Amino acid sequence: MAHRIIQAGDSRSFPAAHAFLIGAIANGDIHVYIGARVGEAFTRSTNRDQCTAHLVELGDECLGVHTGEARGNEGSNVLGFARFRMGSAEPSNLIELVKQPQTSPAALVACKALFELFGFKVAVCSDVPGRIVNRLIRPYLNAALRRLDERLASAGDLDATLKMGLGYPEGPIALLERTGLAAHFDVTQALYEWTGDAAFAPARRARVAKLRGAAQG
Amino acid sequence: MSEIKTVGIAGAGTMGAGIAIVTARAGFRTLLYDTNARQLERARDQQAGFFTSSVKRNKLTQAEVDRIMADLVPTTRLEDLVACDLVIEAVFEDLGVKHQLFAALNRVCPAHTIFASNTSTISITEIAGGTGRDDRFVGMHFCLPAQLMKLVEMSPGMNTKPDVFDAAWQFCAALGQKPVRTQDSPGFVLNYFLIPFNNDAIRMVEAGIAEPADIDLAIKTAMGYAMGPMELLDLIGMDTQVLLCAAMHGLTHEPRATCPALVKRMIAAGRLGRKSGRGFFQYERDAMFGA
Repeated sequence: MAHRIIQAGDSRSFPAAHAFLIGAIANGDIHVYIGARVGEAFTRSTNRDQCTAHLVELGDECLGVHTGEARGNEGSNVLGFARFRMGSAEPSNLIELVKQPQTSPAALVACKALFELFGFKVAVCSDVPGRIVNRLIRPYLNAALRRLDERLASAGDLDATLKMGLGYPEGPIALLERTGLAAHFDVTQALYEWTGDAAFAPARRARVAKLRGAAQG
Repeated sequence: MSEIKTVGIAGAGTMGAGIAIVTARAGFRTLLYDTNARQLERARDQQAGFFTSSVKRNKLTQAEVDRIMADLVPTTRLEDLVACDLVIEAVFEDLGVKHQLFAALNRVCPAHTIFASNTSTISITEIAGGTGRDDRFVGMHFCLPAQLMKLVEMSPGMNTKPDVFDAAWQFCAALGQKPVRTQDSPGFVLNYFLIPFNNDAIRMVEAGIAEPADIDLAIKTAMGYAMGPMELLDLIGMDTQVLLCAAMHGLTHEPRATCPALVKRMIAAGRLGRKSGRGFFQYERDAMFGA
């Protein structure tokens, strides 16, 4: 199994040198499209069936934006992926691998094996906004910010309680401070637009951070 | 204020059995009460298994375990709790059931006995209102698994006397736990976040977005959590989750606190979690978590 990298702009998953990038070869049979302009690069690709699989790096968008959708029967040898990254923090070791209803099982197995070969943990999910992690943690982070506004606990108490009570390595407020409240705003606003679900509506403090960042340039 | 020497735990389920380990391990004579003798036997077996692991891992000596197990007395007789200086209730999240229990305890226990509830969702003031001693009532929410987690959310009710709350706080600290004061609001801090979070994870499984193992893997890898939500839900139990949701949603009307239909189907199928050997995952033995 070998892979080829097609880079189209800066990648959020791979912002710096990584064994996964170094290990790619020019004639690899899994084509991995990474970067901010991944859509254009993927659209230009031809003879897609001749490869084992295509992997498209996703931001907040769904894979269907790149592949098109067809009455819930979409799916081919094209999968989406994102290496989870919380705001300005370094990318994690998690790859969220995105499949569609009719994704080729062989392509899925090959892509999962490829990432695992490079030491990643791979979680498979459907093509939904937020995939797994953002879908679960953004409402929680919004709720923490709202709870803070309601003065039901101090930031320190909130963090300490969740760390000690649930064994979390970091409380929600400290996590957002470390990785960027404005970055949280961007993700949760995108999810809110995708889903219309009020749980994703950015909390006031995230919106303030975003506007303040914009005002300060 | 009398010194707390003897503690009663009412309810020998997952939480009650775990809290009893904490109190007995800290040197308090502990009466574990349940109306169901089989439940008490099960709790006793789990506690013995837990302490066997503690000895194997050199956390306790056999002599210490012998002392702890001697101090940990199961009973089906509510009248036995007459000897208690503090009683911690750990029964179902049902206000009526709690009121019934505390009303009975109020008749049995001496006037100095402090009553505490391990509720994680219901208002402390509301529970206290049905006990006959709302001034001697506190919220003491231990975290799951109680025998391992140090945090206790402590909440006074509206009529709790400060010296009663202080005594309960000191007792909690003497257990080696870390009490934090929380307001008497739905879900306090932990469950306010945890119940909707876990429900969201259940809904992902329900909608076929991801398998339980993938959800846990993703959350543990991305966020560094010790336990994934599906694993945690299996520990909590679907029968408990449905009650937590009912209590939380009843108080907040928060849509994410509504119990997902899948939980009710799992209960009907006997897939309660660890306690029944199968939930989102399968388990081979009915052992307590940790050592």
